[in-house]
Amino acid sequence: MDTSDFSKPVLGIETSCDETGVALLRWQPDAPGRGLLAHVLYSQIKLHADYGGVVPELASRDHVRKLLPLVREALAQAGLAPADLGGVAYTAGPGLVGALLVGAAAGRALAWALGVPAIGVHHMEGHLLAPLLEDDPPAPPFVALLVSGGHSMLVEVKGIGRYRILGDTLDDAAGEAFDKTAKLMGLPYPGGPALAKLAEQGRPGAFHFSRPMTDRPGLDFSFSGLKTQVLLAWQQSDQSGQTRADVARAFEEAIVDTLVIKCRRALEATGARRLVIAGGVGANRRLRAELAAAGGREGFRTYFPRLAFCTDNGAMIALAGAIRLAHGQHQDERIQVFPRWDLESLPAA
Amino acid sequence: MSARQVELPDEQATGALAQALAAALDGGLVILLHGELGAGKTSFARALLRALGVGERIKSPTYSLVESYRLPGGTAWHLDLYRIADPAELEWLGLDALADPSALVLVEWPERGEGALPPPDLRIRLDYAGGGRRAELEAASPRGARLLERLG
Repeated sequence: MDTSDFSKPVLGIETSCDETGVALLRWQPDAPGRGLLAHVLYSQIKLHADYGGVVPELASRDHVRKLLPLVREALAQAGLAPADLGGVAYTAGPGLVGALLVGAAAGRALAWALGVPAIGVHHMEGHLLAPLLEDDPPAPPFVALLVSGGHSMLVEVKGIGRYRILGDTLDDAAGEAFDKTAKLMGLPYPGGPALAKLAEQGRPGAFHFSRPMTDRPGLDFSFSGLKTQVLLAWQQSDQSGQTRADVARAFEEAIVDTLVIKCRRALEATGARRLVIAGGVGANRRLRAELAAAGGREGFRTYFPRLAFCTDNGAMIALAGAIRLAHGQHQDERIQVFPRWDLESLPAA
Repeated sequence: MSARQVELPDEQATGALAQALAAALDGGLVILLHGELGAGKTSFARALLRALGVGERIKSPTYSLVESYRLPGGTAWHLDLYRIADPAELEWLGLDALADPSALVLVEWPERGEGALPPPDLRIRLDYAGGGRRAELEAASPRGARLLERLG
């Protein structure tokens, strides 16, 4: 029998793709971030030698062996025992079916054993709600730009479960374009952040690349063609260190300009005055500066959640799950995942 | 085994090759797509899926590793193994479904999944050629050879 008590912490489990993340969050509607009791990622834990004395070298996406040690680590950090949990949230999709099943099976089984409710969370809803973990969180309605290695999306957020996809990439994600362009210019993969750093030394105007799909209406992106443009320019150049920086700068400007143009259009189309920038590319300094400047000129406010909440993590799953559990939503006892799952089909809460 | 070479000076040429391949397709097929970064593997896979009637967005699977699409005659799987360091990692992708003989399987960077992928029917190598691309199609099974014959 499920017993719901939302003064008790919710365990959040993220295993949809590369990252294994676990968090504990006690639901506090007025300040969700202050309810975060623990937040651990396998990729960060690996850096600490105190991980049981041994630092295991496990394959990417080996969630099976990573998950339970992380759950124990999170409980230890929060000073809690499994019996203290009030619910369990796990990413149920979209993502890799094998990866999703690990989190779902572990989460569902734990909830069943403890007699608490469990909920499957939409990974993208986690990303959209993650900014609520910060102090002074954005109130809906807002527009979210989600830019990472795997995503380039503009989403209108009117409330919990009330999402409209305004634009999406037709081919490569923005972060993917950064990583692959860096590789084409001889930087090790994934070299997106290194490319952005190199761009700081580039001279403005030395090269120019197109701003894809900004010459027509619409909020979709297409970054695949930029790779070829950069490659041709690079191959035909003297390939000096300064040229590499110049090409990097022109490339970064093309991506950032494109993102800024589409964000402004999305705000105009929805009438929203708040823009949230999430995803790993949200750490890009030029993007942050350009969007903040555009906001100052045009009267919209920008929110940049900290990087730990932008990339895949368990805290956003614990938060989205806690909100839905607090609204009385939960799953039955089947272990179900949805490798493909339409964000717009989610119920409102 | 039969092989052929097709010049792809522009996107239209890629689309035309994809159309011809789609028309010649008879049931499932496993296609391995070889070529450097930016050589047009994803663009070709997208053109083929479009030619087969996929109407939804066909994003790069580099980060998601695998995407699936419903086709009139079965399922299409589009894989990108670029981020795979060890073929053992394919275990997490839930690839049992690839063995279905009615499935169309498109694999980019197949060399990173050696031993863990279904046997190929067709290899397509894409290369830069001037401002455009060149495609080399090579049959890798009797099913692939019959397809190339139908391609004319």
